[in-house]
Amino acid sequence: MQYRYDFAVDGLIEAFWIVTALVPLFVVYRMTTTLAGWTFPESLMVIGWFTLLQAVLEGAINPSLTAVVDHIRKGTLDFVLLKPADAQFLVSTAKFQPWRSLNVLTAIAIFAYGFHLIGRPPTLGGLAAALVLLGTATLLLYSLWILTVSAAFYVVRVDNLTYFFESIFDAARWPSSVFRGILRFIFTFVIPLALMTTFPAQAMLGKLSTSTFLTAVGGAVAFAVMARLMWLRSIGKYTSASS
Amino acid sequence: MSIGKTVRALPTLIKVGFLEAVAYRAELLVWVLSTTMPLIMLALWSAVAREAPVGRFGQMDFVAYFLATFIVRQLTGAWVAWEMNWEVRQGTLGMKLLRPIHPFLTYASENLAALPMRLIVAVPVAVIALALVGPENVTADPVLWIIWCAAMLGGWLITFLANLAIGCLALYIDSSEKFMGIWLALFFVFSGYLGPIELFPQGVRALASWLPFQYQIGYPVQLMTSGIGRGDALLMLARQWGWVWLLLGLVTLLWRGGLRRFAAYGG
Repeated sequence: MQYRYDFAVDGLIEAFWIVTALVPLFVVYRMTTTLAGWTFPESLMVIGWFTLLQAVLEGAINPSLTAVVDHIRKGTLDFVLLKPADAQFLVSTAKFQPWRSLNVLTAIAIFAYGFHLIGRPPTLGGLAAALVLLGTATLLLYSLWILTVSAAFYVVRVDNLTYFFESIFDAARWPSSVFRGILRFIFTFVIPLALMTTFPAQAMLGKLSTSTFLTAVGGAVAFAVMARLMWLRSIGKYTSASS
Repeated sequence: MSIGKTVRALPTLIKVGFLEAVAYRAELLVWVLSTTMPLIMLALWSAVAREAPVGRFGQMDFVAYFLATFIVRQLTGAWVAWEMNWEVRQGTLGMKLLRPIHPFLTYASENLAALPMRLIVAVPVAVIALALVGPENVTADPVLWIIWCAAMLGGWLITFLANLAIGCLALYIDSSEKFMGIWLALFFVFSGYLGPIELFPQGVRALASWLPFQYQIGYPVQLMTSGIGRGDALLMLARQWGWVWLLLGLVTLLWRGGLRRFAAYGG
């Protein structure tokens, strides 16, 4: 909160981007009432979850993990590795950017508006399931990020991998049924965007079956384990800057 | 900074830029692959057009539109605003100013020298697109293709000059990256990047015709996908180059003024 002007300007620009993100949705729904089986309020839920996860990604995960790339390049990662706590934990919690919390409020506003349009509030069970899926979605996002940063140990300049990652993550704005064929497979199993935004939205709408829910949670945990293994392996390959 | 010296230096500048592009080819590839937006939008709009065409756009029309958008974006992209911000912050702009070549020419040659690398991605996409959509969606009129060449140059200039203008703002305020963010957001909406402007409501369409963004992407794409007639094409060409000259004037003003400030602070 050091520079309040910066904080306000950043918040404004965030709001601006969110409006920009909603424009395609408005244009699409001018032309049609359902998009791949999803109505306008239902699609709003997916965008709401996307906004929420973006807040988590850019407020908590991004800054810390970008710092890792810097550490690797400058060779100062040694100092982090020498500490008696787990490297992955230290590296992940280095920095937070609180102004991204405005995105959280925007996400909640989007949810509220969506449910207002539907005309009924979300069920308690739906909300509970959605909250659990928020946890798994964060876990998945974090794992994807750890995988990307593990790549940094092999290819030192990965600044634009963050940009690349965000470009792919952009596809999570839309319900996964929009994608067909090979893309759908990739976005459900390889880069599980569907689990991150579509499933929580479905849970909140009360449309997620229990079996899908359990598979999603199980899948997320398995993915996290795999990411952790990749990280440990990459750290093992790390040759420090000094001799 | 004489014209003679500049012209003599240009081949070397281009060569250096090209070698840099080759050296950083992995990075460049990642940047190119990050242009996912047109492809995601293609999936989206194809889904909308699954049951019935949207306006004049059926699924194949959308494929043509968004693959053309991808190509135009690849060929006209610029990132000078970020580069200038970086150089002002690091203080290396001073070094560039010492050279007998205008820094803008260095930036331009860097951008253009990366074109071959970007073409390596753009050309296969063009070929695939052609194979997928067939000739009905590609303009057959050779006059329109000639106009397209001028339109691509105009589009590149608008993007590049806008980048320069925002980069010059960094000479006045610490960081103009936020302005670049605003420009990009407006660009995504009004350039036809997120979807054909024809599908927007009338008021928004009217607004878009007064803004430069459409002439960066939408207009060249229309020329490529037979979405426009000769008369309209020439009218829009005139508007496009009107914006080019306007931006050129703006950049000149901002640069001269900014340089005075920059020098005053010791550079």
